[in-house]
Amino acid sequence: MTDSKYFTTTKKGEIFELKAELNSDKKEKKKEAVKKVIASMTVGKDVSALFPDVVNCMQTDNLELKKLVYLYLMNYAKSQPDMAIMAVNTFVKDCEDPNPLIRALAVRTMGCIRVDKITEYLCEPLRKCLKDEDPYVRKTAAVCVAKLHDINAQLVEDQGFLDTLKDLISDSNPMVVANAVAALSEIAESHPNSNLLDLNPQSINKLLTALNECTEWGQIFILDCLANYTPRDDRESQSICERVTPRLSHANSAVVLSAVKVLMKFMEMLPKDLDYYGTLLKKLAPPLVTLLSAEPELQYVALRNINLIVQKRPEILKHEMKVFFVKYNDPIYVKLEKLDIMIRLASQANIAQVLAELKEYATEVDVDFVRKAVRAIGRCAIKVEQSAERCVSTLLDLIQTKVNYVVQEAIVVIKDIFRKYPNKYESVIATLCENLDSLDEPEARAAMIWIVGEYAERIDNADELLESFLEGFHDESTQVQLQLLTAIVKLFLKKPTETQELVQQVLSLATQDSDNPDLRDRGYIYWRLLSTDPVAAKEVVLAEKPLISEETDLIEPTLLEELICHIGTLASVYHKPPSAFVEGSRGVMHKRLPARTGSGEGTECPDVGNAAGGSAPEAAPSIIPSQGDLLGDLLNLDLAPPTTPAVLLPLLGGDIGGSPAMGAGFGAAPAVMPASLNAPVGGGLGDLFDLGGGVGMPMGAYIPPKTVWLPAMKAKGLEISGTFARRAGVIQMELVLTNKAMSVMTDFAIQFNRNSFGLAPAGPLQVLTPLGPNQTIEVSLPLSTVGPVMKMDPLNNLQVAVKNNIDVFYFSCQYPISMLFVEDGKMERQVFLATWKDIPNDNESQFQIQDCHLNSEAASNKLQGSNIFTIAKRTVEGQDMLYMSIKLSNGIWVLAELKVQAGNPNYTVSSGTRRDR
Amino acid sequence: MQFPAKMIHSLFLVNSSGDIFLEKHWKSVVSRSVCDYFFEAQERASEPENVPPVIPTPHHYLISVLRHRIYFVAVIQSEVPPLFVIEFLHRVVDTFQDYFGVCTEAAIKDNVVVVYELLEEMLDNGFPLATESNILKELIKPPTILRTVVNTITGSTNVGEQLPTGQLSVVPWRRTGVKYTNNEAYFDVVEEIDAIIDKSGSTITAEIQGVIDACVKLTGMPDLTLSFMNPRLLDDVSFHPCVRFKRWEAERILSFIPPDGNFRLLSYHVSCQNLVAIPVYVKHNITFREGSSQGRFELTLGPKQTMGKGLEAVLISSQLPRGVLNTNLNPSQGTYNFDPVTKLLSWDVGKINPQKLPSLKGSMSLQAGASKPDENPTINIQFKIQQSALSGLKVNRLDMYGEKYKPFKGIKYMTKAGKFQVRT
Repeated sequence: MTDSKYFTTTKKGEIFELKAELNSDKKEKKKEAVKKVIASMTVGKDVSALFPDVVNCMQTDNLELKKLVYLYLMNYAKSQPDMAIMAVNTFVKDCEDPNPLIRALAVRTMGCIRVDKITEYLCEPLRKCLKDEDPYVRKTAAVCVAKLHDINAQLVEDQGFLDTLKDLISDSNPMVVANAVAALSEIAESHPNSNLLDLNPQSINKLLTALNECTEWGQIFILDCLANYTPRDDRESQSICERVTPRLSHANSAVVLSAVKVLMKFMEMLPKDLDYYGTLLKKLAPPLVTLLSAEPELQYVALRNINLIVQKRPEILKHEMKVFFVKYNDPIYVKLEKLDIMIRLASQANIAQVLAELKEYATEVDVDFVRKAVRAIGRCAIKVEQSAERCVSTLLDLIQTKVNYVVQEAIVVIKDIFRKYPNKYESVIATLCENLDSLDEPEARAAMIWIVGEYAERIDNADELLESFLEGFHDESTQVQLQLLTAIVKLFLKKPTETQELVQQVLSLATQDSDNPDLRDRGYIYWRLLSTDPVAAKEVVLAEKPLISEETDLIEPTLLEELICHIGTLASVYHKPPSAFVEGSRGVMHKRLPARTGSGEGTECPDVGNAAGGSAPEAAPSIIPSQGDLLGDLLNLDLAPPTTPAVLLPLLGGDIGGSPAMGAGFGAAPAVMPASLNAPVGGGLGDLFDLGGGVGMPMGAYIPPKTVWLPAMKAKGLEISGTFARRAGVIQMELVLTNKAMSVMTDFAIQFNRNSFGLAPAGPLQVLTPLGPNQTIEVSLPLSTVGPVMKMDPLNNLQVAVKNNIDVFYFSCQYPISMLFVEDGKMERQVFLATWKDIPNDNESQFQIQDCHLNSEAASNKLQGSNIFTIAKRTVEGQDMLYMSIKLSNGIWVLAELKVQAGNPNYTVSSGTRRDR
Repeated sequence: MQFPAKMIHSLFLVNSSGDIFLEKHWKSVVSRSVCDYFFEAQERASEPENVPPVIPTPHHYLISVLRHRIYFVAVIQSEVPPLFVIEFLHRVVDTFQDYFGVCTEAAIKDNVVVVYELLEEMLDNGFPLATESNILKELIKPPTILRTVVNTITGSTNVGEQLPTGQLSVVPWRRTGVKYTNNEAYFDVVEEIDAIIDKSGSTITAEIQGVIDACVKLTGMPDLTLSFMNPRLLDDVSFHPCVRFKRWEAERILSFIPPDGNFRLLSYHVSCQNLVAIPVYVKHNITFREGSSQGRFELTLGPKQTMGKGLEAVLISSQLPRGVLNTNLNPSQGTYNFDPVTKLLSWDVGKINPQKLPSLKGSMSLQAGASKPDENPTINIQFKIQQSALSGLKVNRLDMYGEKYKPFKGIKYMTKAGKFQVRT
C-alpha cells in the first residue's frame, strides 16, 4: 500500500477517470483521487484540466484533503484565474475557523495564489490574521504580507500592511518577530531606498532579544538584518558583538556564517587596542575551522568565505594552516579552494610545511589540481621571499619528473619568479632549456620564449632556440607570436651582429603575413624603432621592468570591503559584488564597512577604498567653459601640448610632422596604424592648412587636454580619462581606460544619454582585448550627431554610461563646443553681411580674450583649424577686425567679430547667432 | 514571466542516472529545463561528488547536495545565503530518512504524497516553516504499515488536526504530553579521527570531530544537566538549540530540556594543537622499478596509542596507480580484493591482534613496457575502537530535574576513523 500506485495509471483517459473519481460521493474515493492528481503534479504532468473538480473538494472537514486541495490550488491558480475566484469564499471562511491551524493554512495558501483578481479579496482576512490572538497565525500572516507585496506592492502599501508588519517587530513572540523581519527584509529588497527596516537602538535591542529565542532560520534572518545596521559608536558595536557571539556555537552553519558576518563588520568599529577586540579575534577561529569538518558542499561555501576573511583579517586563521591541508578524497572543488587559502596563509613561519604539502599534491592524479599546486609553489616563492630558493629547487625537482603538464606549469611560474627576483636564479635556465621540446601549451611556450629573450646574453644558443620556434610561427597562438617577436627583438638588441637575419624574418612575418592587428602594430613599431634610432629602441625594449606585485590575485580593497558585508551570500561565493550578477538588481545598495568612531564623535564618512586611483581629481570638470574661455582655449593652442600624439612621437621618429606618409623603409601601407597617428601631430602653426584648405582634410583642430572623467574609486578600479577631438570631419571621443583593479576587465560597452546636440556613438567601443590589472588602453570612439536630442544644462554636458564585466558606471563630461563646428562653416560674404545685420542686438554677446600674443593673421589661421572661418578682414585705426562664421552640426550659424589691436594682447570678440532658416 | 523570489524557489530531486523524479515549486513553476545546466555540470564532473554545489544559470542559481546518491537541487532566483539552502536541504534529507527509514528514490516515490505534504510544511514562500522533526511528526504522521492499514479501514488521515504544541512554546523542539513507561536517556559519545600521515610515519594533521548523540525517552518536561570530567577539551563546540549557552559559558555544564527521541546534542572539534593520539600505524613498502613490469607491495599494521582498547573493523583501501594491471598479494589475516578496472585495492583486516600483526605482502604486475607510475598511492584506513573516546573526553554525571521518576541512564563511547590517510 504505497503511493507508487498513483504513478502507474498512465493509460489513456486518465484525466477522464480522475474527473469521475473526484466527483464521487465517497469521501475516501475523493481523497484518493486528489492524491493521484498531486502525484501526477509532482512528476511534472499537466493536470490543470481538473481544476474545477479539485476545487469542488475544498469544502471539507478533512484537514488532509483540504491541504491537498490547497497544494493543487497553489500550483494551478495562475493558469485558471477565473476558476480560482471560486476558492475565495472558502479562504475567507477558513480564516475565521476556530482551529488556528486552519486559519494559518488558509492565510498561507491565499498568499501563494498569484492572481491579481483575487488579491483584493484577501486584504480583510489578512488584516484579521495579522492581529490574530494565536502567534502561529500571526507569524504565518507576516509572511503572507511579503507574498502579497510581491504580487501587488501598491495594494500592500495602501492597505497599511507595512506598518502592521513593522509593529510585529515588537511582538511578544520571537517567532513572529523573526518572520516579520524576514518579510520586511524581502520587501525592502525591492525598495532599496525605502526606510522599511528602520533600525535604531531600540529596534536592535528587540531583535537581539528575539535572536536568543527564535528558530535557527529566524536567527539567520535577524542576523542578516543586524548586519545592515551601523552602530553609533564602538560601545554599541561591542555590546552587539557580545550578544551575537553565542551564535558562533550554533549547529546550523548558516547561523554561524551570518554571525561571522555581523562580527566581521562591527569589529571594524572597535579600537584595535581594546582587549575585547583580541578576544573576538580568538573566538572567530574555531567556528570557521568547524565549518571545514562539515559536508563538502558546506565546506565549499565556507572556504569561499574564509578566502575573503583571510584577506581582510589574516590574523584570525594564521595558526590554522593545517586544517586547509588537502585530503586526497576531497571533492575537486574543495581541493582547489583549500589550496588557494593555503597560499594566502603562507608565511615565513609555516612555509616549510606548506611547500612539503604542495610538493605532495603535485604528484596526485587529478590534473587540474596538480597544475594548481605547481602554480601555488610559484606563488609562495613570490609571496615569501625567504622561501624563494626552496621553491625554485622544488620546482626543479618537479621538472625532473618530466610529467608534461607539471613541467609546463613549472616553467610558467619560474618566469614569474625571475621577474620578482631578477638576477638570482638564472642558473636554472639550462635545465629549463632542456625541456623546450616538451612544451605544447601556449602559456608555457610564451613563458619559455620570454625567458630566452630576457636572458639571451646568457644563453649561448638563444638564437637557435628562438629560430626553432619561428619555424611554425603562423601555427602559434597570438600570445606566443607576440612573445616571440619581442624576444627576438631583445636578442637582436643584445647580439646585433649574429641575429640580423632572424630579426628581419620575424618582423616581416609579423607585419606582412599576419592578420592580427596587435601583432602587426607591434611589428611596425619595433621595425620603425630599430630603423630610426637603435639607442631609443634599446631603451624602450630593454627597459627595466617593474617588479611584479606580491599577490596579484588579491581582491581589490573596495570590493573586499563590500564582500565582507555580504559574507554568506552568493556574492561571497562568487567574489563579485551583488549588483554584478543578481537578476534585475534593483539598484542594490553598495554596502561598506563602518568607520571606526569613538563614543564621543559623530559618524564620520567612511574612508575606504583609497587604494584605487589616488591621484584622480575628485570633482569632474564642472566648470562650464563659457564661449569666451573656449575661444581663448582655441587660441592658446601652443600652450597646451597635444597629449595623444606626443606619447607616440618618440616611437615613430621625428619626421611625422613633415609628411603624413610613412618612412620609405616601410613596404606596407600604414593602414593598420591607430587612427590618431594619421592626424597631423604637433600643434605647430606650420601644420595648419591654408585658408582655402578643403573640407574633409585633416585639420589641426583644438583638442583640450585629457581630464579624468571617472576616477577609479567610483568605478571599482576602472579609471576613464579622455577628451574630444574633431578629426577629418568626424568627432572622436578619445578615451583612456586604465584598470586599477586587481581583476581583468572585459566586455566594455558605452552609451550616451540624450544630449543637446544629439551626440551618439557611431560604433561600438572597440576594446578587443581584456584589460589586465594596471593596463591602460586608448580608444577612439567616433561620434555621430544624429542621436536623440534633449537640452542639457550646461549645454555641452554629456552623460555617459560605460559597462564592463563588473558593473555599469556613469559619469558626465563636457565636450568643447568647437567639436561641433562643421567643415562647411564658411559663409558667403554677402550672406554674412545680410545675416550680421539681421541678428537682433539681444542675441549678441561680447567678451575679451586676454593675453593672446598672436597677430590677426596667425589667429585667423589657427581658428581655421577648428572650423572657425574668417570671412573678411578690415583694418580700422590700427585695429584688425576679423569677421568670422561658424556652423554647428545642427545647422545653427554663429557669426563673430574679432578685434585685434597690434601690441595689445587682449582681443575683443562679439558674436551673435540666429537660427538658420 | 519571472517573479522576484527570495529564498528557495523550487526543488528538484535527481537520481544517479540523471532523471528528475520529483519536483516541488513553492512559488511560480520553474521549468525543469533549468536542470539542464545541472546535468551539464554533472557530465563534466569526473566523479558524482565533484559536481560543484553552486551553479549559476542565466536566470537562476542551482544549489545542490548529494545524499544517498540523490541530488537535491534547489533553484533560487536572487541573493540567498547558500549555506541556508544547503542546511535546509540537509534537513529535508534528514526528515525523509526519519520518516521513511531510508532516503532512496524508491522510498520517496512510495510516499510521494507525504513527501509533498512535508515539503509544503517545511517551507512557506521559501521561508522555512517547521523543520524540527518533533513538530513535523505532530503535523504529518509518519507512515507505518499499521497506520496505513488502519487508515484504509477507518478512513482517518495521517494529517494531524491539532496545532503542534511545540510550535510556539519556549521549547519548540519538544512536544508536550510525552509519556513513556520506561524512562530512559542514552548518550553516545562518538569521535571520528581525521588524519594525514606522511611517508615516514609522522603526523601532518590530525583532528577529532566528536558528537554526542542522544536518545532520550523521558516522560513530561525533564530538565537535564550533563557535566564532564574534562570540559576544557571542548573549546570549539556547536550545540543543539536546546542547550542553555549562558550556563555553559559560565559553568561548563550542559543544561537543557531535551527534544523527544533521537537528536544530536552537540558536536565538537579537537584540533591538531592538542596533540591528537594516533591509534594505528602502517609500515609500507610500495615500489615500482623502472623498466620492470613488477612492483613490490608490503603493508603491515599495528596498534599505537589506543589506551588499552583493541582496534576493530579495520579496513584498508587504496587507489593503486593506473599502470597496475593486477596484484598477487598474501594477507596474513582477513580478505583482500583488487578491482583491475577501478584499480581499487581493499583489504578487510578485522581485529588487530597486537601479538600477531596483520600484513599484506606480494607483487603487483604492471603494464609491460610502460614507464613507472608517477603517483604514489594513498592508503585509507577505517577502524573502530569501542568504549573509548580518543580525545579522552569523559562524562562526569547526568542529572534530571523537573520530574519525579528515576530514569535509566547510559553513556557509550566510541572512536572511529574518519578520513584517515597514510601517504606512501
